[in-house]
Amino acid sequence: MTSVLSRTDVASAAVSVAPTVVSVRDVTKTFGHNGGSVTALDRVSLDIAEREFVCLVGASGCGKSTLLSIIAGLERPSSGSVAVRGGRAALMFQEPALLPWLTVESNIELPMRLQHVAPKQRRARVAELIDLVRLGQFAQSRPHELSGGMRQRVALARALAQEATVLLMDEPFAALDAITRDVLHDELTRIWYEREITVVFVTHNVREAVRLGDRVVLLSARPGRVVSDQQVDITRPRAIETPAVGALSLEITEQLRGQIRLHGHQ
Amino acid sequence: MAISERDLAALEAGLDALEQPAAPPRSRARRVAAVSVPPVLALAVLLSIWQMLVTLHVKAPELLPAPIDVARTFSDQWRAGHVTEVIWNSLHRAAIGYAMAMVLGTLTGLAVSRFRSLRLAIGPLLSGLQSLPSVAWVPFALLWFGLSDGAIYFVVVMGAFPSISNGLVAGIDQIPPLLLRVGDAMGAKGLARYRHIVLPGALPGYLAGLKQAWSFSWRSLMAAELIAQSPDLGLGLGQLLHNGQDLLDMSLVLTAIGLILVVGIAVDVLVFAPLDRAVRRRRGLITS
Repeated sequence: MTSVLSRTDVASAAVSVAPTVVSVRDVTKTFGHNGGSVTALDRVSLDIAEREFVCLVGASGCGKSTLLSIIAGLERPSSGSVAVRGGRAALMFQEPALLPWLTVESNIELPMRLQHVAPKQRRARVAELIDLVRLGQFAQSRPHELSGGMRQRVALARALAQEATVLLMDEPFAALDAITRDVLHDELTRIWYEREITVVFVTHNVREAVRLGDRVVLLSARPGRVVSDQQVDITRPRAIETPAVGALSLEITEQLRGQIRLHGHQ
Repeated sequence: MAISERDLAALEAGLDALEQPAAPPRSRARRVAAVSVPPVLALAVLLSIWQMLVTLHVKAPELLPAPIDVARTFSDQWRAGHVTEVIWNSLHRAAIGYAMAMVLGTLTGLAVSRFRSLRLAIGPLLSGLQSLPSVAWVPFALLWFGLSDGAIYFVVVMGAFPSISNGLVAGIDQIPPLLLRVGDAMGAKGLARYRHIVLPGALPGYLAGLKQAWSFSWRSLMAAELIAQSPDLGLGLGQLLHNGQDLLDMSLVLTAIGLILVVGIAVDVLVFAPLDRAVRRRRGLITS
């Protein structure tokens, strides 16, 4: 098994030829009625290739979560279109949102039950996913018995159980302590590489975006528009402390601050 | 700072271990003692106050029999086989009425929580019915069903079903919106959504309703049995109470009250309390 932690960067080379998995075309989303309406997203277009890891960054109110909900099919755009190949996207939230009455195992199994996967197949996949997130010992535990980081790993396994074409993550590590978050960054990178999945990762933490992503897309706030879209050409493994990660983060943070300043002058 | 995959696994295992609580468990014997001693003490205090009032002749002995007299009446009734008979008659009436209330209450609860217009229309009525003393239904039931078990079941159902219905509605209302959202994100729809997300999510509220409904159905049954007197109806606890009144036998009255109380407490302690505890412990709502 090749480890992502010791491989050289191949993803960005693969991206240019990989087929598009998510295609967002001129998506606009307004809330409320004519008088007091707010435009959350303004003609956002975005293509995400197979196996790509894309991070969406922006200040509060830039509509990044709204964009994820629209890609997930939980909300409809006011205009524009979204196409997800295979039609299915799995969604992870800032809170693990595990069902408290189910064991770790049953939580991971639930999306497969909802999709009418045969019991034998379900069991095999649950076992595999529990191993993947390294929670073998805790298969029979209840969510309340786990730490925040462990719960988020269960939520990740549950999202992977949906066998969706793309994994959408809405600030999944924002509520965790720094040590746990750092370990989960490595874990997510490993799982993304091993499982060959496509990830759209929303965060307001620029360093996190640069550490994880193949691409960092910066959104402006109110209305949300794509301000910049940059390839991250930094070889993996990366760490928060990697100098190149720091340098690029600084650059993107400066752009982000510029966007935020615009609001102060209005 | 590159770390190997094995290092990462070890690091994560270490973090997980640190997050596990390290509290020593309390012994079972101690826990049993902790919950059983206070009520036993309270009962002893109550009995001594009662005996004291008797010794002080606060009331005539016909009106205030001593604990020992009541105990004697109880043992006479027991030996005559009356105790098990009346408890059985009442309990099985209560169980049948309760089961009917469960069906009716669950269906109305589901309908009210599902359809907004229905909630606006009959929601206040259900809350009102909950506070209506069910004894008010006895004349209605007797006129409709005559002196029959049907009349008794009717009173029990009217007393109990609003609690079940309201409990279920409250349970569904209190499901965290995020859980419903995650269900939608996983593609839970229609019946599967109810089966896997809504109903289990509503269980604590539903159980609270069921528990309250039990005490309401037990009360309603006593009211109905106390009023509906007929040789055709088997002798229940309410009728035993009535007999005590007719015979001016205060010991019998107190025996009947004691039995009603004991059965009510027993069902709560043996059925509802363990259920409630099990559900809450599974969800991490209680730690002990």
